Amino acid sequence: MSYIAKPSARHPKMPVNALGLTARDYEGSMSTLCAGCGHDSVTAALVQTFFELDVQPHLVGKLSGIGCSSKTPAYFMSEAHGFNSVHGRMPAIAAGANAANRDLLYVGISGDGDSLSIGLGQFCHAVRRNVDMVYVLENNGVYGLTKGQFSASADVGSRSKTGEVNGQGPIDPVNVALTLGATFVARSFSGDKQQLVPILKAAFSHKGFAFVDVISPCVTFNDHKGSTKSYAHTRSHMHEVIETDFVPLRAEIKTEYAEGSARAVRMHDGSVIRLRKVAEGYDPTDRAAVIEYLGSVARRGEISTGLLYVGEAGLDMHDHANTTDTALVNLGYETLCPGSQTLADLQKEWR
Amino acid sequence: MADHSGYGVNDFAFKIATVNGTGSASANGLLLQALFRMGIPVTGKNVFPSNIQGLPTWYEIRVNKDGYTARSPDFHLVVAMNPQSYARDIQEVVSGGWILYDNTRELDEEFRRDDVTFLGVPLAEMCVEHFEGSRIRILMKNIMYVGVLAGLLDIDMAVIKGMLEEKFSAKQHLMDANFKAIEIGCNYAKKHFKCPLPIRLEPMDETKNCVMVTGNTAAALGCVYAGATVGAWYPITPSTSLMDAFGEFCARFRVDPETGKNNFCIIQAEDELAAAGMVIGASWMGARAFTPTSGPGISLMSEFIGLAYYAEVPSVFFDVQRTGPSTGMPTRTQQGDIMLCAYASHGDTKHLVLFPANPKECFEFAIAAFDLAERFQTPTFVMLDLDIGMNDWMIPKLEWDDNYVPDRGKVLSAAELEGMEKFYRYLDVDGDHIAHRTLPGVHPKGAFFTRGSGHDKYGRYTEGSSEYIEVVDRLLKKVDSAAYHVPAPEVFQSKGQASFGLVSLGGCHWAVLEARDELAAMGINADYLRVRGFPFNQAVDDFLASHDQIFVIEQNRDAQLLRLLVMETDCPKQKLRSITYYGGQPLSKGHVLNGLAEYVELVPVEVAS
Repeated sequence: MSYIAKPSARHPKMPVNALGLTARDYEGSMSTLCAGCGHDSVTAALVQTFFELDVQPHLVGKLSGIGCSSKTPAYFMSEAHGFNSVHGRMPAIAAGANAANRDLLYVGISGDGDSLSIGLGQFCHAVRRNVDMVYVLENNGVYGLTKGQFSASADVGSRSKTGEVNGQGPIDPVNVALTLGATFVARSFSGDKQQLVPILKAAFSHKGFAFVDVISPCVTFNDHKGSTKSYAHTRSHMHEVIETDFVPLRAEIKTEYAEGSARAVRMHDGSVIRLRKVAEGYDPTDRAAVIEYLGSVARRGEISTGLLYVGEAGLDMHDHANTTDTALVNLGYETLCPGSQTLADLQKEWR
Repeated sequence: MADHSGYGVNDFAFKIATVNGTGSASANGLLLQALFRMGIPVTGKNVFPSNIQGLPTWYEIRVNKDGYTARSPDFHLVVAMNPQSYARDIQEVVSGGWILYDNTRELDEEFRRDDVTFLGVPLAEMCVEHFEGSRIRILMKNIMYVGVLAGLLDIDMAVIKGMLEEKFSAKQHLMDANFKAIEIGCNYAKKHFKCPLPIRLEPMDETKNCVMVTGNTAAALGCVYAGATVGAWYPITPSTSLMDAFGEFCARFRVDPETGKNNFCIIQAEDELAAAGMVIGASWMGARAFTPTSGPGISLMSEFIGLAYYAEVPSVFFDVQRTGPSTGMPTRTQQGDIMLCAYASHGDTKHLVLFPANPKECFEFAIAAFDLAERFQTPTFVMLDLDIGMNDWMIPKLEWDDNYVPDRGKVLSAAELEGMEKFYRYLDVDGDHIAHRTLPGVHPKGAFFTRGSGHDKYGRYTEGSSEYIEVVDRLLKKVDSAAYHVPAPEVFQSKGQASFGLVSLGGCHWAVLEARDELAAMGINADYLRVRGFPFNQAVDDFLASHDQIFVIEQNRDAQLLRLLVMETDCPKQKLRSITYYGGQPLSKGHVLNGLAEYVELVPVEVAS
């Protein structure tokens, strides 16, 4: 992806986190996306999230496929290991990387073309496989780099910049993830950092596959009247189902919410997320009810946002494979090679 | 072959025709193992349909006291157990040979031949008489023909009994049933026929330092010994048994005794694209990772192979070739992916390719492949084929040097990174065309961006001509420099002045060796070079340069090895002649001699096609 090196000057009084790093230390090179691109806001939210979670940059694997969204791993956390792979195939790289080294934190950044068209199969199987990672889908309903074709998330009736009207039904990634058994499913808006950052923090505390769909408008090709993925449309049609607060592991939980209006969910790493229901009767742990409710919101032409579903993490890829707790890359060769005597013994069975 | 000349004691081939899914595989395996344990060099070829149950299937066994192990299509005996394929099977016996069949239902006159001997045995009838239950009767019918063959060919009954005891040590009733079936068959043969036949067995002592194993099993074991921890795959014939074997070996040798947890991770991917991506992801992290597949899988993986080449991610691919193009004949063998693997993916790419000729080399080359992939930071292919991968081969025992240390290539440690000013991923600091690599998580200074898009030697994105060219030129030099590290060609020089040269690869080797000996017996000397790795090194060029006429023998229609030699060596094209066979069976010496006969005057040798 294209990039511009960013000067590393910083204000001496910038706040530092528990690792002594400033937010600037979580930035990457300068973005080359269009001014006002939603993706840059998502990048900013990721920078804030990593900074506030005291993440060690070099213990992060940041991956992507191809497309505007997939350029963004270059724009945050220069000291993390980045992998800009091939179109729609980031989940496979992430699964293999995680299989080999379960000690790293993995974040995959994808787009609607990358995840819902060319990579729909890999996306689905990453959910099924429950790869322990955060999967951010920067969703703008359009192919930007190839100049404005509809993507598979474009709504019926949505109008392209050239006036073409989309007639094919959209693939809703939230619905796909829920249907396939994802245990952490959220949707947010790049223009709402207040909502996005706590969701991202919660996602990083979740064990297994955490999916975050972010409506992230394309200012150049899909921000006009008639688009259902524009800033204006998203703002006016956003329906916040649930509000999320994230309380990291080390923070003391001070306030309690009035019963009935909020619930606390303890994450795998001990952190707590507090969910305040905005929609009455909404239960973010009841998968069938969530699917039903989100369907009704979508039929009204509105966009549900928030941490929409969170459930028991279940068995992740390593649980299914019964992999040892030690990252496989850290096993010494002497534990891996059975040696000459075993080879001699084994071959007695081959006679 | 028009008569019996050449057959005899410990020198003949026979074929068993059965119905897929009836349990004949275990009967045939028993037979092969018995001959092996009698110390006689033996070859078994399973010719099976792409089917679970019901279609015709064959098993071919060749015994050869001189140790020739190539397929021989000259069948002196056919065990015709499948009425569906009688017409074809009976035609395949050489004149003067024998046909063993089940005469519970008498053979139609149309199948009769005057020049062969029919040996009718009421197998079904005897099974009904001696065994209860339809399933056991079907199974015992197969075991019973083993007994008949024991009588006809003089198979050592003590050897058979010993094997059954090992196999059914915990199941006495099965042991009893199997042995009973064998005795019934053997006794019937001895009572009704003049036993043994002129084709018969005598114990030898030629297999004591050998084992019987498939190439897929040996390659899988090589992965275990190489220290591979991540295997990603999508099921495809004929490579599936490689990952099955890896899983079985890992279950035995790679489970932590204290925690019961696995020191490996096998991922069954959603397709071959994903399998390749997983290998690359795991290798990026520093694991030794691999995927076994076949030609259709390589086609799908090609996009990722290009990424691994350009981003310089070590990765190991086993291509157990089958007959292409497209779905082709999934249960037949071929060497049709040579070109595909040598240059897989779009743009300028070139890969390391190893060509094992038998399961022993599958084991050794599997280990070499991981070392090469890591040293040269590039995709490396091990090219098996269905014949090598799925058939049991008699090979010298595998050996292991406990002093072996994996070649991880130029990987920087945390301490080395700590001492560095700045790390650049694609900078060739010492002129060997290989840049240092780092593993994620080891040290903050080791971070870099892996990408398939244009990058300069510092690992930065680029769209600049000279920066781009600098990197891809280094990649070519890097891959070419591997020519002296891939397995060297094996050269067989004639004692006398050679009339011409032969070049071949992979599983063709055994038929070529046999044909070459036959040529020598006719007074024709041929030098022979077996290619074992790509890129080719100078030894290949030298061999081609030192012969005026060279025959390139391979199993594909388009002479892919020959074309590769034309492209990648200085040899003039007109010196090279192609001998190809691509019908899906393993190569036999007849293919080689018939091919040569088109160019060279040979003393007539008669071989079946």
